[in-house]
Amino acid sequence: MRYLPLSDTDRSEMLARAGVKTVDDLFADVPKNLLLKEPLDLPRHKGELEVERILSRMSARNVPASSVPFFVGAGAYKHHVPATVDHLIQRSEFLTSYTPYQPEIAQGTLQYLFEFQTQVAALTGMDVANASMYDGSTGTGEAVLMAHRVTKRRKAVLSGGLHPHYAEVVRTLSDMASDNVVTMKPDVAGAEDILSQIDDSVSCVVVQSPDVFGNLRDLKPIAEKAHKHGALLIAVFTEAVSLGLVASPGSQGADIVVGEGQSIGNALNFGGPYVGLFATQSKYIRQMPGRLCGETVDADGNRGFVLTLSTREQHIRRDKATSNICTNSGLCALAFTIHMTLLGETGLKRLARVNHANAVKLADQLGSVEGAEVLNRTFFNEFTVKLAKPAAEVVELLVAKGVVAGVPVSRLLPNAGLDDLLLVASTEVNTDDDRAAFVAALKEVL
Amino acid sequence: MLNRQGRPTTAGQAGTTEHPTFTGNKALAQVEPLLFEIGRYDTTGVDIDEPEDFEPRLGGLERKEAIGLPGLSEPETMRHYVRLSQMNYGIDTGLFPLGSCTMKHNARLNERMARLPGFSDVHPLQPVSTVQGALELMNELARYLVTLTNMTAVALSPKAGAHGELCGMMAIKAAIEARGEGKTRNVVLVPDSAHGTNPATAALIGFVVKPVPAREDGFVHVDDVKERLGPDVAAIMLTNPNTCGLFEPQVAEIAKAIHEAGAYFYCDGANFNAIVGKARPGDLGVDAMHINLHKTFSTPHGGGGPGSGPVVLSERVAPYAPVPFVRMGKDGFELVEQASDAAEKPFGRMTAFHGQMGMYVRALSYMLSHGADGMKQASEDAVLNANYIRAGLSDLMSLPFGDKPCMHEVLFDDAWLKDTGVTTLDVAKAMIDEGYHPMTMYFPLVVHGAMLIEPTESESKASLDLFIATLRDLAMAAKNGETERFTGAPYHAPRRRLDETRAARNPVLKWTPPAPVAEAAE
Repeated sequence: MRYLPLSDTDRSEMLARAGVKTVDDLFADVPKNLLLKEPLDLPRHKGELEVERILSRMSARNVPASSVPFFVGAGAYKHHVPATVDHLIQRSEFLTSYTPYQPEIAQGTLQYLFEFQTQVAALTGMDVANASMYDGSTGTGEAVLMAHRVTKRRKAVLSGGLHPHYAEVVRTLSDMASDNVVTMKPDVAGAEDILSQIDDSVSCVVVQSPDVFGNLRDLKPIAEKAHKHGALLIAVFTEAVSLGLVASPGSQGADIVVGEGQSIGNALNFGGPYVGLFATQSKYIRQMPGRLCGETVDADGNRGFVLTLSTREQHIRRDKATSNICTNSGLCALAFTIHMTLLGETGLKRLARVNHANAVKLADQLGSVEGAEVLNRTFFNEFTVKLAKPAAEVVELLVAKGVVAGVPVSRLLPNAGLDDLLLVASTEVNTDDDRAAFVAALKEVL
Repeated sequence: MLNRQGRPTTAGQAGTTEHPTFTGNKALAQVEPLLFEIGRYDTTGVDIDEPEDFEPRLGGLERKEAIGLPGLSEPETMRHYVRLSQMNYGIDTGLFPLGSCTMKHNARLNERMARLPGFSDVHPLQPVSTVQGALELMNELARYLVTLTNMTAVALSPKAGAHGELCGMMAIKAAIEARGEGKTRNVVLVPDSAHGTNPATAALIGFVVKPVPAREDGFVHVDDVKERLGPDVAAIMLTNPNTCGLFEPQVAEIAKAIHEAGAYFYCDGANFNAIVGKARPGDLGVDAMHINLHKTFSTPHGGGGPGSGPVVLSERVAPYAPVPFVRMGKDGFELVEQASDAAEKPFGRMTAFHGQMGMYVRALSYMLSHGADGMKQASEDAVLNANYIRAGLSDLMSLPFGDKPCMHEVLFDDAWLKDTGVTTLDVAKAMIDEGYHPMTMYFPLVVHGAMLIEPTESESKASLDLFIATLRDLAMAAKNGETERFTGAPYHAPRRRLDETRAARNPVLKWTPPAPVAEAAE
C-alpha cells in the first residue's frame, strides 16, 4: 500500500507505546454495534497503472474542446492557457499548502493573493477586491447578501440578461433566507426596462454585461437610478477577458462587481474548480464576504502580508459573520494571477481584441447562412443566433458532423419559448478552419 | 535595488543577518518584489498577433482608460512565482500537523488524472452525448460516497465544505417546509465546540442558532440536547468525531432524541477521515453530512482551496437534493439540470454548473488507489499516529480531557505552559524555526490555549519520533525559562513575526502606484 508508510512492525510497537493491544481499542468510544465487521462493498486497492487505465477509459468517452471546432460559452470559455501557468501552480509549495494561517511561512501564498486583489481591483475598476470566491455564481449570491447588509433592505432585482443559473443560485439562497427577489423576463435584446423596477424598497439591482445573450449593457443609467433610491448596482460578468476591451463596471458606477475568473488561467474542468472575482468600494470593506489579504510589516520592519479583517469571518463571528466561507479558490486565483501577469495590460487588450475580432467574423459568416440570424447589435465574444429549427436539435446534428456549436437557450431556460435560439461563443482558439467547418455544417442541417 | 519607479525592491532591511548583502538576498533566500514593482505596462509574456482590421460591435462601450496591469516576460514570470513558492511551507516540505484541516499526502497520480483532456478540457454545457465518461465518473464517485457512508443519495455540486453545510441545511429546511413546519421550526442547535462555519451556515439561511454548551469531558451530552429540544427545533449540527479529537459516544442516543422530536441530524463531516471504513454515518442516524474531498480524500489544498463538499443524504432528505445531478437513462447517463425535469423535489441550485469536477477526479483516483482495504487502513493509521504522539508527549504537555485514546487528532491545552511566560502562539512560532508547520492553535475555542495536532496516516514512525523529540525539547525549554527562543520566534522564516494588528487597523489591500498609471500605460 504505497501511500502508507507504517509497517506492521511499526504498528505493533506504536500500539504498545500508546498503551493498547489492538487498533480497535483506540476506537473504544465508537459503540461496538456501529463498528463495521464486514469489509465494504468496494474493490481492493489498485496500482498506479490500473488506476490510470480505469480513469483514462472514462476520459476517452468524452469529447475535449481542443479536439473539435468548439463554440460553447454561456458562463465558461475555452481559452488557451500558457504552459507556464500549469507548471507553476503545480509547484508543491503552492499545491500542497493550506490556508495561510501561519503568515511567516506562507508569504508566497499571501503575496500572490495580494497581487490577485490588486489585479482584480484594476480590471474591474474598483477600490478593493477579496482573495477569491468559489466561482462567479456563488459570488453573485454573496454580493446580494452583502447588498442587503449595506442597505438594510432585503429585495433584489435580477436582470433578465443575468445567466439563468446565476439567477437560480441567488433565488435558492434568497428563498431559504426569506428574502425577496424579482427576476425579470429573459431579455434577448438587452433592452429591458429595469429602471422601472427600482424604488426605495430595493436593496440591489443585478445586471450582467456582456449579458447571457451576449449584449453589452450600458450600466451608467442603472447605477444612477439605483443610487438615487439608495440601492446598489451589482455588475456581473462571466467572461473576464471582455474587461480588456469593454469599459470597466467601476467606471460605469457599479457598487459591487462580481464575475467568473475561469477564462484567465483556468481550464474548463466540466464546470469547476473555477474562481470568483469580487470587488467593491473601500467604504464597504467590512461588509465584504470571504478572505482578504493585507500588507503589514514584521518584527524586523520588512514588508509582509497577512490575512486580515478576520473579525468579519465565521471563525470569529460565528452566526454574525459576513459569510460562512472558509475555503476559497486559492490555487485557481494563483492560475488567474500568473496568466494575467504573463498577459499584462498589453497582452490582455490584444487577447480581448482577437476574441472580439474572431466573434465578429463568425457572426458575419453565420448571419449569411439561410435560416440563421444573429440577433445582437452589440457583443464581445458571444452572441445569439436565431435558427429556423429548434437549437437543441441543430446542436445534436452538428455534433454528428464533428462540430460542437454552442448552447441552446432552451437548455438554460426550458420553458421560455426560446427554443430556436443558440448561444455561440468564439475565442482566440477558433481558427478560420473551425469557422468554415461550423458554417458548412450549419448550411447542411438547416 | 531600485525598480524603474525608483522604489526599493526590499521593504526594509533584512534584519538579523550579521553580514548584510547588497541585494538583501541571502543566497537561496531571495527577496521578491511585488510584480507591480518589476512589471512593465508594455511587456507581455504571451505571443498574440493583433487581429486584422475589423468593425467593432461594442456599441460605444469601449474601455478608454488604462487598466493598470503590468506584465512580465515568460522567464521573469517563472522566476517571480518560483521565488514566491519558496517562501511557502507545504505538505511536500514537511510534517503539517494542522488539526481539523487534514494535510495528507497529495499523490501526483491524482494530478495527472485530473489533467486528462476528457476531464479538464470539457465544457459543463456541451452536449450530454459528448461527456458520458465525465458523467460516469460523477456517478462512480457518488456510489463510493454512498457506500462509505451508508446513506441514500449524494449532492455533488457544493464547492467547499462550508458550501456543503449550506447545501445539507437547505435540504433539511426544504424537508421541514414540505411537512408544513417551515414557519415554526426555525432553531438549530450548535455545540460551542463546533466549527464557526456551522453557526454561520445556519444563520445565513434564516435559522436561529442556539448553542449547546461543552461539558468538562469535551462531549455533547444527550441530556443537554434533550433539554433544548422542542417543536421549534429544526436540526442539530454536530461534528463527529468532534473538534476535540474524540468520537461522540452518545451520538446514536442524540440522533434518536433529535428524530423523536421531529428534527434532523446534520453531521459536520470534516473529521470523517478518522472513521472511513470503520463506521458509517448512516448507521449513526445522520440525515445529512458534507464530505470534504480535499481532506478525507486528499485533493490538494492549494493555499486555501479549491475544496469540494459533496453532501450525503438520508432517505428523509434525499428527495430535496439540488440540481444538477446525474442519473442513468435508457441511452446512457443523463444530466438533470432543471428542477422541473426531476421526479424528486430539488430545493434549487447551489452553483452555476456541476461542482468541482477536477476534485472529483482526484478523489476517485485516491479511492481507487486505496480500495476498501486501504481506506480502512488509512483511518486506522491516522488514529494510531495521533495516539502515538499523545503517548509521546502526555508526560510533558497537558491533555484537557485526560490521557485517554483520541481519534485522528490529539488536543493539548496550555496548562503545561502556566507561569512560563510562553503562550500557545509562541510555541507555534518556535515550531516554525524547527522546520515544522505549527499545529492548529486556539481551536476548539472551548479549550484554553488549544493545540490540535493531526499527523494523518502519511507520516512514518521515524518522522513522528523526530516530531515528538522536537516538541519534547521545546517543552523542556519552555519549562526551563528559555523564553527568548519562543517570544522572538520565528528567527529563521522568510519573515519574522508579522504585525497583524497594524494590518487590520489600517487595511492596505492592494498595491498603489507611486505615479498615476495613465502616464505609464500605452
